[in-house]
Amino acid sequence: MTVNQALAQVSDLAFQAAAAAYLTALICHAAQLAARQTQSAAGPVLARLARTPAVGGPAASAAIGLLPRRGPVPWPDRFARAAVLVTTIGLAAQLLSIITRGLAVQRAPWGNMYEFASMITAAAAATWLIVLTRTRVRSIGLFVLLPIVILVFVAGTVLYVPASSLVPALQTYWLVIHVLAISVATGMLMLSGVASGLYLLRTRSQPSRTAAGGHDPADATRRGPFAALPSPDTLDRIAYRTAIVAFPVYTFAVLAGAMWAEAAWGRYWGWDPKETTAFITWIIYAGYLHARATAGWRGRRAAWIPLFGLAAILFNLFFVNMVVSGLHSYAGLN
Amino acid sequence: MLPRRWQRILAPVRTLWRRLTSMRTALVLLFLLAVAALPGALLPQWNLNRAKTTQYLLDHPVLGPWLDRLGFLAVFSAPWFAAIYLLLFTSLVGCLVPRTLDLLRRLRQPPPRTPRYLARLPHHAIREVDGPPDVVAIRIGRGLRRWRVRRTVEDTGAVSIAAEKGYLRELGNLLFHLSLLGLLVAMAVGKLVGYEGSVIVDVGNGFCSVGPTVYDDFRPGLLVDGTDLTPFCVNVTGFTADYTNTGQAAAFRADLSYQSGADAGTTLWTQRELRVNDPLRLDGQRLYLLGHGFTPRFRVTYPDGEVRDYAQPFQPMDSAFTSDGAVKITDPPGDGARETRQLAIVGVFAPTAATTPAGALTSRFPAMTAPAVAIQVYRGNLGMEGGRPQSVFAIDTSQVTRGALVLQGRATLTPGQALTLADGTTVTFTGATEFVSLQTSYDPAQPFVLACAVLLLLGLIGSLTITRRRVWYRLSPIPGDTAGSRVEIGGLSHTNQDGYTAEFAALVAAGRLGRDIHPDPDRTGTVRRHP
Repeated sequence: MTVNQALAQVSDLAFQAAAAAYLTALICHAAQLAARQTQSAAGPVLARLARTPAVGGPAASAAIGLLPRRGPVPWPDRFARAAVLVTTIGLAAQLLSIITRGLAVQRAPWGNMYEFASMITAAAAATWLIVLTRTRVRSIGLFVLLPIVILVFVAGTVLYVPASSLVPALQTYWLVIHVLAISVATGMLMLSGVASGLYLLRTRSQPSRTAAGGHDPADATRRGPFAALPSPDTLDRIAYRTAIVAFPVYTFAVLAGAMWAEAAWGRYWGWDPKETTAFITWIIYAGYLHARATAGWRGRRAAWIPLFGLAAILFNLFFVNMVVSGLHSYAGLN
Repeated sequence: MLPRRWQRILAPVRTLWRRLTSMRTALVLLFLLAVAALPGALLPQWNLNRAKTTQYLLDHPVLGPWLDRLGFLAVFSAPWFAAIYLLLFTSLVGCLVPRTLDLLRRLRQPPPRTPRYLARLPHHAIREVDGPPDVVAIRIGRGLRRWRVRRTVEDTGAVSIAAEKGYLRELGNLLFHLSLLGLLVAMAVGKLVGYEGSVIVDVGNGFCSVGPTVYDDFRPGLLVDGTDLTPFCVNVTGFTADYTNTGQAAAFRADLSYQSGADAGTTLWTQRELRVNDPLRLDGQRLYLLGHGFTPRFRVTYPDGEVRDYAQPFQPMDSAFTSDGAVKITDPPGDGARETRQLAIVGVFAPTAATTPAGALTSRFPAMTAPAVAIQVYRGNLGMEGGRPQSVFAIDTSQVTRGALVLQGRATLTPGQALTLADGTTVTFTGATEFVSLQTSYDPAQPFVLACAVLLLLGLIGSLTITRRRVWYRLSPIPGDTAGSRVEIGGLSHTNQDGYTAEFAALVAAGRLGRDIHPDPDRTGTVRRHP
């Protein structure tokens, strides 16, 4: 089978464009936070409004409209809008990259570590944009895009392999099902992990009781780099909602993996390092869903769990594929 | 009632049981299970890779044996791992039984009565509509078709309707957990009565699965003694491996002819192509193509003129199929003690020969285009009588160190070339054929595992997406207006309060309650007369 080199080149260019776009969006989000900090210094009223991102831009801009120094749109908002726009463009470019690579090699474009990492980041970016349409939490963009940008650059440099066909072990429809599900779930769980991490930073100095309750009267006067983040309630909701969508997808992916293993290796489960880590990850997220319903675990304690889950996923993605020798060691790197 | 003495004895047991079945304990056990599984991913495991585990023990002479003794090198059969998951599942059962009974009870009971103060609920609205309460109640009833409804007349004369929906959430939740239990049981049954057998078959040969002895490695379940395998026969008639120019594999195909036990002895053979990811399924048994390799062939001419042919599969060592192996000749012709005349041809086979910088033979392409072997021939005692198991791919090197096995000569041969030993014995490399490594798997519980897994997923989706929610209507007449009713509506969702907002608005509109009136998201409620 021959590789369509022209399409493969389009794919590579589109991937680079996506990487550039995500990086630009990251910078815009950083600028957004920086602008917010400087504006906060302008006056206590404005500072308080600016630190209430759950209300979002309109409230803040309305407040600015009242100030004598009239500006059309405040700078944090401008940067945030630019960031979201550029993220959308980046995602479009990345989807183009994924599709053209699939067309170039005439197979599902998630057959090696580079393609898999690209899928994960695309899923994470898509989840982020969907979350943005539901809750206006552009202020966490910097923290969401940071892991995406890092993973995109790792994918484009360390993990990159030119377009090529697959080894026989991967030439099956199970690759399409299993890897698609696992990459979508991983992308979503990345966001869940980030939101949980931010929740922990946001509630760092508060006793866990108010953290769980969310309505903190001291909120408006809080200072520090994480004071501009959405309310703990919002962050917790993002973490939980993405996790409960991702968890069944992840479960399906593991089950599909077991069915593939049955067709490929003669058993549906054999405690291969990859399977074991997938099992551990699954347990961690199952524990998360239970912990949020258990007295004494709600709030900060439960919020640690998705971080461990994310760590397990990344461990499974990188360490198990590249260091531990198991049955999943056909990542295209050796 | 039990006697007091019994109660005193049972009290701690009951406390223990309550502790075990509490959510907190279950959560701790769950995380303990994750932590306990961790060494299974980080340390080499006996059941996965014997060679690596042995090497690990050699590399860690102090820590290794302790880890081995404590079960860290066989985590998933360790007693402490079993203890954790058995405790977890006991806790699960203790939690599921009362919850199942509770759900059954609730399914038979009507929804709870309408609370006195509906305004205190998260969702609340008040409307005034046309029609006396009885008529409006019928309209509302039509809008609650898929709800469980209780209609009562309160002391004040108001008609109240209580409705509940979303029982499937709890049902899904129970289904998920019960499926987990079923999954564990089905997996355990499979481990008891299933088996796996691996066998290497040269192309052109075959095997009949009639007992464990036909397999190179047979791994039976605890209740399997190998006497009642369902027999089948397989002949490997051909094997093709396609490679790209860079040596990456593109396709593997083994051509089989097979017959099930029922057809044994007849000439009824079925042809089939066996591929990776596509096993042959036969009478509940499955036959897999797991790998392939090369079998070098040698012709040995003994000093007395006797000629014998030998063939031995070699073990592939890298992706270009540089392969290691040993032909062990335990019964060479001739006189004298056999233990001094045994021969071993030990070496490396390369399907496409190349030389490493150090001068060793290696392969640079996985297909057979320019085969060669680099062999060393030993004579003496192979040391196979002691009953100690030996690798089929290597000789016991301690016999060489001991001087029982002596090197007679070495050479790198291409097909047709020969090595002549001092006593006149010649070893000719006559070429190589291919072998496939096959595996038979049998697990009668597998369909149940799959069924449990599917139910588990359905239950999970149900329990996470469905919300249990309630709605109450209180319809009272408006003083001095017999043609109208005042309707107070309250709503409560057990989870996901935000997601209920839109549905509650629709419920407010049920029975044309809210036509031309905006849904009322805030709790204060508005009073508007329907035009």
